[in-house]
Amino acid sequence: MGEGSTRFKRSLLEFWRTFRANKLGLLGAFLVMTTVIAAILAPALTPYQPTDIMRDAAGHPLTFASPAVHGPLGTDDAGRDVWTELIYGARISLTVGFLAGFIAMVVGSLFGITAGYYGGGIDNALMRTTDVLLVIPDLPLILVLVATLRQMQLHVSPLVVLIFVIGLLYWTSTARLIRSQVLTIKERQFVARARAIGAGDNYIIRKHILPQIMPLIVANTVLIISTAILVESGLAFLGLGDPTQPSWGTILNFAFDRNAITNGAWWFYLPPGLAIVWVSLGCVLLGNVLEEMLNPRLTGHHLEGGEKMVAVQKQDREHERASA
Amino acid sequence: MSRRDYLLRKLGFSLMTVVIVLVINFVLFRILPGDPVRAVIGRNVRISPEVQQALRVQFGLDKPVFPDQFLDTVGQWARGNLGISWSLRRPVKDILLAKLVNTVILIGLGQIFAIVLGVVLGLLAGWKRKSAVDVSALTFSLIAWAVPTFWLGIILLAAGSSWLGLPTGGIVSPANVSKPLYAVLPDLGRHLILPTLTLTILYLGEYMLIMRSSILEVLGEDYILTAKAKGMSQWQVLMRHGLKNAMLPIVTLIALNLGFTVSGAIYIETVFSYDGLGKLFQDALTKQDYPLLQGAFLLLAVSVILANMSADVLYTYLDPRVKAN
Repeated sequence: MGEGSTRFKRSLLEFWRTFRANKLGLLGAFLVMTTVIAAILAPALTPYQPTDIMRDAAGHPLTFASPAVHGPLGTDDAGRDVWTELIYGARISLTVGFLAGFIAMVVGSLFGITAGYYGGGIDNALMRTTDVLLVIPDLPLILVLVATLRQMQLHVSPLVVLIFVIGLLYWTSTARLIRSQVLTIKERQFVARARAIGAGDNYIIRKHILPQIMPLIVANTVLIISTAILVESGLAFLGLGDPTQPSWGTILNFAFDRNAITNGAWWFYLPPGLAIVWVSLGCVLLGNVLEEMLNPRLTGHHLEGGEKMVAVQKQDREHERASA
Repeated sequence: MSRRDYLLRKLGFSLMTVVIVLVINFVLFRILPGDPVRAVIGRNVRISPEVQQALRVQFGLDKPVFPDQFLDTVGQWARGNLGISWSLRRPVKDILLAKLVNTVILIGLGQIFAIVLGVVLGLLAGWKRKSAVDVSALTFSLIAWAVPTFWLGIILLAAGSSWLGLPTGGIVSPANVSKPLYAVLPDLGRHLILPTLTLTILYLGEYMLIMRSSILEVLGEDYILTAKAKGMSQWQVLMRHGLKNAMLPIVTLIALNLGFTVSGAIYIETVFSYDGLGKLFQDALTKQDYPLLQGAFLLLAVSVILANMSADVLYTYLDPRVKAN
């Protein structure tokens, strides 16, 4: 037990050392962490509530006030503080993104492991399902689904509907990735040995396959979260969010509907979009770097030359050059 | 596998996908609360139970849902009868057909610009790997991926209308609505600039990346080495052997991207109040006009599936490796 944990600690340390050398990965982690911290500390970062209405000396609502009049980000059409809406919106956007990403990860991993490990008919059915989901245009499908679910009057928050619809539609890439990894791992000797001494399927999956693919699942989840945040923002912009719990997409929906553009209120429509770019870019950078470090299949082309055979080092050099 | 088998398999898959879309469309419409009869005759009409029952028989609603009603409905769809829009009180088919052209123009222009630019820039990036062009191309596609489509539209709309005086939305200016098409072409062009630009930026990154990676792959092939050994110049190798083979994935991507393209059109038409299928979809959603929503979904999904199938067929003609088999 003690030896196992030192070995785990050592490999974690090694991972951190490689990761630390990767500037893009660090940038990604920074972008994601700042957003998460802002969301958690929201009440400490602003004196207002997102629903509070700013008023001028005469008591009239301070509508469309520029950052010069009311700092740091001005007010919206109703006189609410945009900075406050922004950091409270982070809570909604991140919650939906993380939960939807988590659902997609669980569903995708379950399908991927089952298909890769058992093969045959299950595998075939799964691959055809992902093929079908790839071909059907996703946004129209989501819109029709959400519209129907709303009409059914399920008495659940629109956010819950969004979380499940996004989570249950965006698992296919995870499933395919996991499946291909499981296919190679199950042919390895240690799996054959485990089976020879009488280990059952469940045991092999839990003790031998899952630990091998877990890092890859984590990396992929980070990527899915960025997709989920982007999709959520779009759906909320189209009016499918919860107006009482505005995410960044909902704020942009308000800004667009209430003529922030024609009023020149850039402080109303720029910050939420920048926030979406900030966090989704962070997730993509972080996820890509993690995947490059952890996915053995992403090595360079074999004709590219010997020095590039080690993927991690190659990526490091490329990124250093890119950031230089 | 012979080419015939390959095509048959693709055809079978597309048919199966269409059937799945039909089932989704049918099921979603039928689990909506409320009686379809009410939906057909309008929401606020009072009619006696006897007449309602007669209508139910007339529309086949007294028969079992599956397979009778399902096959009946699919038969109606196949004949182009998609029902009557609740909000516009006109046949859904007519409304869809009227908007289709506008969307095809917008998507077509955006795709053409994105493909041409993407192929050229991707080629340069892959050829001069790790050069300034390559690094900027990669950075661009990374950031373009993280920017929400509709927000890019909002920014271009705000910038273009205030700095360049471009129109803020619609297809033609209000004064030109009733004039014939040739008279309003310049006006139409001005209205198309911003939405097309948004779509081009949106699609560009992916074409660039695919072109880059496929040219990198092709340049590693043995026949490139052979061509170099024959004494062809770098440029000749790139044009005669590299480009042609590297273009293959682009064909697949165009079709595979069509679903993504359609999503982009919904956002952009909404932002620019562009009178096409995407805005229609959004309007139908806001007004809870289910027949219109279902009809639009059916049209979009089936077109995307058919486009994918066409790309598969086209591919067998373009790729000599598939042809040889």
